[in-house]
Amino acid sequence: MPKKNPVIEIKMEWCKGCAFCVEFCPKEVLQMKGIYPVVAKIEDCTACGLCEVLCPDFAIEVIAEDEAVKK
Amino acid sequence: MFEYAKYLRLNKFPLIWCAGCGDGIVLKAMLRAIDKIGLSNDEITMVSGIGCSSRLPGYVDFNTLHTTHGRAIAFATGVKIAKPEMTVIVVTGDGDATAIGGNHYIHAARRNLDLTVILFNNNIYGMTGGQVSPTTPVGKKASTSPYGNLEPSFNISGLAQAAGASFVARGTVHGAHMLEKFIEKAIRKKGFSVVEVITPCPTAYGRRNRMGTAVNMIQDLKENAVTLKKAAKMSPEELEGKVVTGVLVDIDKPEYTEEYAKLSEQLKNKVGVD
Amino acid sequence: MQSNQKDKVQVITGNEACAEGALAAGLKFFAGYPITPSSEIAEILSLRLPRVDGRFIQMEDEIAAMGAIIGASLAGAKAMTATSGPGFSLKQENIGYAAMAEVPCVVVNVQRGGPSTGLPTLPAQGDVMQSRWGTHGDHPIIALAPHSVRETFELTIRAFNLSEMYRTPVILLMDEVIGHVNEKVILPGPDEYEIIQRKKPDVPPEEFLPYKHTESCVPPMVSFGEGYRYHVTGLCHDETGFPTNDPVEIDRLLRRLNGKIEVHRDEIIDVKEDFLDDAKIGIFAYGSTARSARRAMLLAREKGIKVGMLRPTVLWPFPEKFVRPMGETCSHVIVPEMNLGQMAHEVEWATCRNAEVVKINRVDGEPISPQQILDKILEVAS
Repeated sequence: MPKKNPVIEIKMEWCKGCAFCVEFCPKEVLQMKGIYPVVAKIEDCTACGLCEVLCPDFAIEVIAEDEAVKK
Repeated sequence: MFEYAKYLRLNKFPLIWCAGCGDGIVLKAMLRAIDKIGLSNDEITMVSGIGCSSRLPGYVDFNTLHTTHGRAIAFATGVKIAKPEMTVIVVTGDGDATAIGGNHYIHAARRNLDLTVILFNNNIYGMTGGQVSPTTPVGKKASTSPYGNLEPSFNISGLAQAAGASFVARGTVHGAHMLEKFIEKAIRKKGFSVVEVITPCPTAYGRRNRMGTAVNMIQDLKENAVTLKKAAKMSPEELEGKVVTGVLVDIDKPEYTEEYAKLSEQLKNKVGVD
Repeated sequence: MQSNQKDKVQVITGNEACAEGALAAGLKFFAGYPITPSSEIAEILSLRLPRVDGRFIQMEDEIAAMGAIIGASLAGAKAMTATSGPGFSLKQENIGYAAMAEVPCVVVNVQRGGPSTGLPTLPAQGDVMQSRWGTHGDHPIIALAPHSVRETFELTIRAFNLSEMYRTPVILLMDEVIGHVNEKVILPGPDEYEIIQRKKPDVPPEEFLPYKHTESCVPPMVSFGEGYRYHVTGLCHDETGFPTNDPVEIDRLLRRLNGKIEVHRDEIIDVKEDFLDDAKIGIFAYGSTARSARRAMLLAREKGIKVGMLRPTVLWPFPEKFVRPMGETCSHVIVPEMNLGQMAHEVEWATCRNAEVVKINRVDGEPISPQQILDKILEVAS
């Protein structure tokens, strides 16, 4: 069975563009586009959740594969 | 990954804090810690004073009390003693807790009242526009120390320890997982607990002191954070400018509301009083 | 006197009566800080409260004591602090908080000479205006002034009742004379006074608005931990309790806060009238000074001078409804006060200057004697 990627949801209306999620992602999954982050390489995401933990604005959520299935 | 929503007043979002302010990271760590302990929303009263961090209780679906400047611990003392079964968490900043509210901070520690104080240390008065605080390092600029601060700063954790706190830990917003563990331990601790959190204020402190972006400030925190174990092997010169993280105090001793309850019980059983 | 009544006779001070009155009212939390001449209230309560499931704490300062009673009240306990001038000054910011956040609590001020450290062991009535306007901003307040030991007991209970009923801080404005004087009293039993508890909401939590604009201007109140989670702040807030900058909401809040005293003025105000029916000379006196004033009035009456007296037990809201007629029936209204004329100004406007307001003022730490007031009556009458 092929690996299913996690889902990263970004809530633009709460995001203030601090870029913590982009800078501290160990796999460089995210990158800034203008003042907001976007998911660039979801296939590299290990669902470690660091971007979510470090987002001060509750604007990013990582849904791991098993969670995504449940949803 | 984590369901924050059940603890939040989502209709109050987005958060008031500036882009890159670390306060939201602390809020998240706190909610994860509360979830781990399994406290219900009704069992928690969150009390704050005045300042950026003190706006936090407005966003959480607990019993929340936003008080006067410096007095959060005093109000919290009333809540806790009147209702000892309540988990009372104080959210405060370096100016709020150690300048205007310094007296309450040390005396609650001395009393060993079962409060958990989450102290957001951003080295500045952010909300009022970047004035110098008791934790602004010497030489740093603030709107009221335009030539650089002349005053040595407080060691906030050391102060709590010296005053008799049961639990003291220092963490940073960069080490958010570690912070979560500290907060969990602090809440579980029966006694006065402090978690000092080093959190960047890019707007009122970082910009004035040319510390770069919020990201740069977090990277600095990462580089300057030294665990207690590592710090033990370092010289005072090497420790200059470093942030020592870890559990600094974790002791068991009589807690105020428990001692008071014991006294009440003894007095009730005593016939023929006075 | 019947023997069972005789058993109930006690010789106690006003400070003791205050502590007893608070306990009778259901006090469950006291926070204080040592200060003369109020310290006995704290001392008595430190002895009594732990025995009756109540909590006593001596805080690190006056500000903390005021903060602590607000916190305790929000947690559901009837709460009180006691202090004197310098401490009363320190408490002002948090008194404003209690007014703004509508937290019931009782603040006792056993007045001593001021300003500043002033006269720690001597009486004054210099905090009358501070009771009204001590904290910044337009705010509701109720202040009561007892003139005897027994009345201290009664007014302490009333202070709690009013604070619970109107969700406002209530100041019990004693003075050093009342605090320290020993009097023979029979304190009323529990069936002789009413105890009022704060009104709880009759809606489920999801419909609860903690600062609802009700007709009575007083929203129901719920304690922390009872399942109605809400936000309390000293910032201007809307009906939900959350901060607002909306001019309409701010205006509504401020008018309701102040309105709740105005709307209930008649229920709150209480005056004792003596010989005012035929009086040509009126006396307006309160607190311990009213004792001397009453004696002077009786002595003047013996001399055939028609003197009457109005003694408010509630200073704030000011009882202008009862003062105004004195302007119409009396040529003079004498206002003896242990200050430089704080209430005299109120009497002046309330009587519309129809009567001449004559001040008797002492600020030397000595109480005003009956003779001093009698002399003034004789001077005015001639």
